Amino acid sequence: MNNIIVYLEIEDSIVGDVSLELLTKGRTLADELNCKLEAVAAGYKLDSVGSQVFQYGVDTLYVADDKRMFPYTTMPHTALLVSLFKEEKPQIALMGATSIGRDLGPRVSSALFSGLTADCTSLEIGTYEDKKAGKTYEHLLYQIRPAFGGNIVATIVNPDCRPQMATVREGVMKKEIRDPKYVGKTKKLDLAKYVADTDFVVEVIERHIEKSKLNIKNSPIIVSGGYGVGSAENFHLLFDLADTLGAEVGASRAAVDAGFTDHERQIGQTGTTVRPKLYIACGISGQIQHIAGMQESAMIIAINNDPKAPINSIADYVITGNVEDVIPKMIKYYKKNSK
Amino acid sequence: MSFKILVLAKQVPDTRNVGKDAMKADGTVNRAALAAIYNPEDLNALEQALRLKSKIEGASVHVLTMGPARAAEIIRESMYRGADGGYLLSGREFAGSDTLATSYALACAIRRLGKVDVIVCGRQAIDGDTAQVGPQVAEKLGLPQITYTEEILDCNSSEITVKRRLERGVEVVKGPLPMLITVNGTAPDCRPRHAKLTMKYKHAATLTEKQESGSDYTDLYTSHPYLNIEEWGVSQIEHDPQWLGLSGSPTKVKQIENVVFTAKESKRLTGSDFEIESLMKELITNHTIG
Ligand SMILES: Cc1cc2nc3c(=O)[nH]c(=O)nc-3n(C[C@H](O)[C@H](O)[C@H](O)COP(=O)(O)OP(=O)(O)OC[C@H]3O[C@@H](n4cnc5c(N)ncnc54)[C@H](O)[C@@H]3O)c2cc1C
Ligand SMILES: Nc1ncnc2c1ncn2[C@@H]1O[C@H](COP(=O)(O)O)[C@@H](O)[C@H]1O
Repeated sequence: MNNIIVYLEIEDSIVGDVSLELLTKGRTLADELNCKLEAVAAGYKLDSVGSQVFQYGVDTLYVADDKRMFPYTTMPHTALLVSLFKEEKPQIALMGATSIGRDLGPRVSSALFSGLTADCTSLEIGTYEDKKAGKTYEHLLYQIRPAFGGNIVATIVNPDCRPQMATVREGVMKKEIRDPKYVGKTKKLDLAKYVADTDFVVEVIERHIEKSKLNIKNSPIIVSGGYGVGSAENFHLLFDLADTLGAEVGASRAAVDAGFTDHERQIGQTGTTVRPKLYIACGISGQIQHIAGMQESAMIIAINNDPKAPINSIADYVITGNVEDVIPKMIKYYKKNSK
Repeated sequence: MSFKILVLAKQVPDTRNVGKDAMKADGTVNRAALAAIYNPEDLNALEQALRLKSKIEGASVHVLTMGPARAAEIIRESMYRGADGGYLLSGREFAGSDTLATSYALACAIRRLGKVDVIVCGRQAIDGDTAQVGPQVAEKLGLPQITYTEEILDCNSSEITVKRRLERGVEVVKGPLPMLITVNGTAPDCRPRHAKLTMKYKHAATLTEKQESGSDYTDLYTSHPYLNIEEWGVSQIEHDPQWLGLSGSPTKVKQIENVVFTAKESKRLTGSDFEIESLMKELITNHTIG
């Protein structure tokens, strides 16, 4: 009772990174609140899920294994969560801010009349004082997220309604194994008790899901290009530097919008969040929404021909110059000095 | 046969073009400095609705929006592009609504319309980027939902088939009517205003607008009933007041902060050969690269 529940996203029996990241965060919150961390797996062929998630510190794993639960459709997954939450009364429920989580979360929150905050960038525990009602609430979940296009950051709380629900994008939280030997309890759910046959109304006729080819999120070095790179051709320079250094290529939204490279590479508030060892920002001005996705990089090099570009203020090295001149030199002198 | 299509559309501040004066000194948003626009993905939704209408005999498209009096602009804009009419839900009782209270109010208004075959929403509104209202309206009405629509592939009086755009792929799904769908920004753009329709509907107005304009167009509105945009307040919808506005909103804003990034002490370099070579040597030596 009153635990933290994470909804697991599962494709081909593999639990998604976003869910493992949420389990990691959920474990920390559970420790702070002195409650259990639980997870729900709904899908088909889920035997290996326990071995994937227990090491993140999951105390209870609820499993709804049924052919009809995969691929995901809205109504049966909603029905399952709504009844399970009514039984278990979790205080916090977390899901990925993914195509699935953002389809499911609002539906569940509406059925339970519990508040939901989308796309949180940070989750903390704290107090809330309702001055009007003269009431103080302890141990609430602070759901922190950018608002108004990223120009402000809002802290949202749900004082009275449970569970407190939040979605978080992939890459925003860090994934970390808690204890490789830990094994929690598995509870198999009798689907018929939770989901009615009439919930299976939407039929998936065709499905093409690609495995992400890119692994920007886990790359230790990222060479990232912005609108200042100027063209798709100039982006080849960035790929050359990335090849030389064993890096991935990222991009700002302006570069993606201009068609210099594809959307999968976008870094920032509406793209991927990264925290590499080294981030080389080429022709990127450094607007809030971009910085939000890369500020935790251990080292930042900014290459920009404007000495006053905002990105410079968070960079460790500021190279004032043109991308076209600087990058070939970096390649040249790396090759000359390595080995 | 009548086939009713309802688009849910919202007027939003243009958060994509935020100028320097958009933030007040105290870190709050200066709404007045932002233009009010048709939420971009709701235009994609309108386009899907209009395409659906053209394929189904006897179909009509209406727009429902909840907002202040000036949100009637959204309905007129929709009519210029091909919608048949719309409804404005307005009143101070709705103020302070989060997504749950908004969806409750919209659901009450939709119930008043009787049978609706397809409800079309945008995926999300750019003022909050929450993408919650569509699914929550569906839940409140007990309807199934299909989110992230890119194209309606097929629709008859009982079933709809939709291509959805997901993060890492596409899906084709089929479901029964009535159905609520949300439309993705990757769906086709909305058609522009049609000159003839713009002429026809430019005087379309809500009761409040007619009263405010002061001009006496009474005859015009009696002879051209399609120019009347219906305006509903709380008293026109069946509702329980506790689920509206602030009391119907479980989420509370605890705090709003300006975004500040801690500046670092940085090393400044020119792009000279010597400096770039020294930098690369330094990065190799301290094992950042290589
Ligand atoms: C809701 C919302 C979400 C957003 N999400 C994201 C997001 O996830 N990610 C993101 O990146 N943006 C996002 N944005 C957009 C963001 O606000 C900026 O518009 C964008 O990051 C700017 O990209 P840029 O720095 O490449 O382009 P610009 O701002 O145009 O900057 C180009 C820079 O290149 C420099 N330059 C020009 N020529 C050269 C040259 N030859 N050599 C070197 N430097 C040169 C210029 O001095 C300038 O600093 C979002 C915006 C909104 C409203
Ligand atoms: N006030 C409103 N009036 C009409 N439709 C709305 C309103 N708010 C949200 N919607 C619809 O719900 C979608 C999602 O909104 P949101 O949950 O705010 O991101 C929008 O694209 C609209 O289709």
